Amino acid sequence: MAKGDISRGRRATLLIATRKGLWQLGTDATRRQWRLAGPHFLGHVVHHCIADPRDGRTMLAAARTGHLGPTIFRSADRGRTWHEAKRPPAFREGSGRVVDHSFWLAPGHASEPGIWYAGTSPQGLFRSADGGATWDGVDGFNEHPMRKAWCGGDQDGTPDGPKLHSILIDPRDPDHMYIGMSSGGVFESANRGAAWRPLNAGVKADFLPEPTPEFGHDPHCVRLHPVLPDRLYQQNHCGIYRLDRPAERWQDIGASMPKSVGPIGFPMVVHPRDPDTLWVFPMDGTKVWPRTSPAGKPAVYRSVNGGKSWQRQATGLPKTQAWLTVKRQAMTADQGTPVGVYFGTTSGEIWGSRDEGRTWKCLAAHLPHVYAIEVA
Amino acid sequence: MRVLIPGPLRDYTANAAAVSADGHTLGSLLAELDRRFPGFRFRIIDEQGRIRRHIKFFVDGVQANDLNPTLDNVAEVMIVCALSGG
Repeated sequence: MAKGDISRGRRATLLIATRKGLWQLGTDATRRQWRLAGPHFLGHVVHHCIADPRDGRTMLAAARTGHLGPTIFRSADRGRTWHEAKRPPAFREGSGRVVDHSFWLAPGHASEPGIWYAGTSPQGLFRSADGGATWDGVDGFNEHPMRKAWCGGDQDGTPDGPKLHSILIDPRDPDHMYIGMSSGGVFESANRGAAWRPLNAGVKADFLPEPTPEFGHDPHCVRLHPVLPDRLYQQNHCGIYRLDRPAERWQDIGASMPKSVGPIGFPMVVHPRDPDTLWVFPMDGTKVWPRTSPAGKPAVYRSVNGGKSWQRQATGLPKTQAWLTVKRQAMTADQGTPVGVYFGTTSGEIWGSRDEGRTWKCLAAHLPHVYAIEVA
Repeated sequence: MRVLIPGPLRDYTANAAAVSADGHTLGSLLAELDRRFPGFRFRIIDEQGRIRRHIKFFVDGVQANDLNPTLDNVAEVMIVCALSGG
C-alpha cells in the first residue's frame, strides 16, 4: 500500500508528532471530515512518527521525555499497541558521543522489508534490520574520519541540536542514499552508507567565511522525487535548490520567489506523481530569524515547473496577524487526486488542503507544538 | 536493598514505586534492574556510561555522581528525575 494512498476509498491518517505526545487525525477518502484520536505517549517529546509503506501496519515513533533518554517505539498494528526498541540508536561506547534524540525515521528500500534508518541529534546515522527492534550505527558515516569536519561540534547547529535528517533511499537502488545535515550539508553514498561524499556544489552558505564551501551547509529539508529519483529538491537556510542528477551542481530556484517573501523556510513537499510540482512554506529569515510567516501573513507557495516560478496559495489561511512557524518535518502530502497537502504549526494547528493547496482549512487546533506530520 | 522508582520510570516496573534489588555497585544494581526491566538503564544512563542530565541517584541519602559507589550495607537507593522544564 503506497504511503497516504487515499484513492479507491481508502482511509488516511495524519500522524502528528508533537512536543507533548502523538496524535492521529483520521479521515475517509473524501477528506472532508477529520477525527482526532490520541494522545499516545502523553508528555513524551515525539520528534517523528512514520508508517511503513511496505506493510501498511508497522509504525515507528522516535521519543524521549524531558528527563529520560531517547528511545524508539514500534507498533505492528497501526498504532494500537506499542513496544519499545530493545536496543535504541546509540553511539559506540568509548566514542564519547551521546544521542540526544532520534530525529528522522525512514523506512528502507521497498525490496528490503524490516530495514529502517534513523538520523539523530547530534548527527548520527543508524540502521535497523529487524523492523526497528534493534539498531546499529552506520559506521561508514558515524566513524568516518571526516565526520567532525563535515558536521562541526556536537554543540553546533540548530537551536535544539544539530541533526541528521532527510534520509533518502533511491527507489531504483537500495545501496544509493542521500542524507541532509544541519549543519553539514547534503551527502551521497553509493554503497549503502559505507562511504560518503559531500554534494553541495552551487549551494550558498553565506553564514560561513567561505560562502561556497564543499561542506558545512545547512539544508533544512531535502526531498527526492519518487517517480523521477534523479530529481532532488532542497529547502536550505540560504534558499531553495534543485538538482537533476547526474549533474553535481544545485540550481538556485529560490530566486524566483517574491522578494517580499523570500526563499527561506524549513519544510518542503513534492507532488507524489509530478516531479515539477512542489510546495514550500516561507518563513521570515531576516535579521534575527523570527522563523514566522513573513509579515504575519501565512501562505504556501507552489511551483508547477520545477521552481522556475511560484504561486502564492493562501485562500482559507489567516490573512493577517498570524505568525505561524512550520518545522522541517511538519508538512506532507497524500497520494490523492487531487493531492492533499498538510502542515502543522508550532502553535498546535493542523491545516489541510484537498485541492493541491488552492484552499486551506484548519483541521485541528489546540495541540502541542507540532514537530512532524506524516500521512499513513 | 530498596530502590525508589520515580514516576517517569514506572512504566518499566508495572507502576511499582519501589522494588527490591541487589548489586555490589550502583552500576551492577542498574544492570540487574535492566535485566528485570529491559530498557530501564538506557533511559537514565547514556551510552558512555554517564548519568543523564536530569537524573540523580541518592545512596542512603548521599548523592552519587557516577556508577562506581559500592552498595555494601546500603538500605536504599533513590532515583530522582530532576526538573527538566517546559
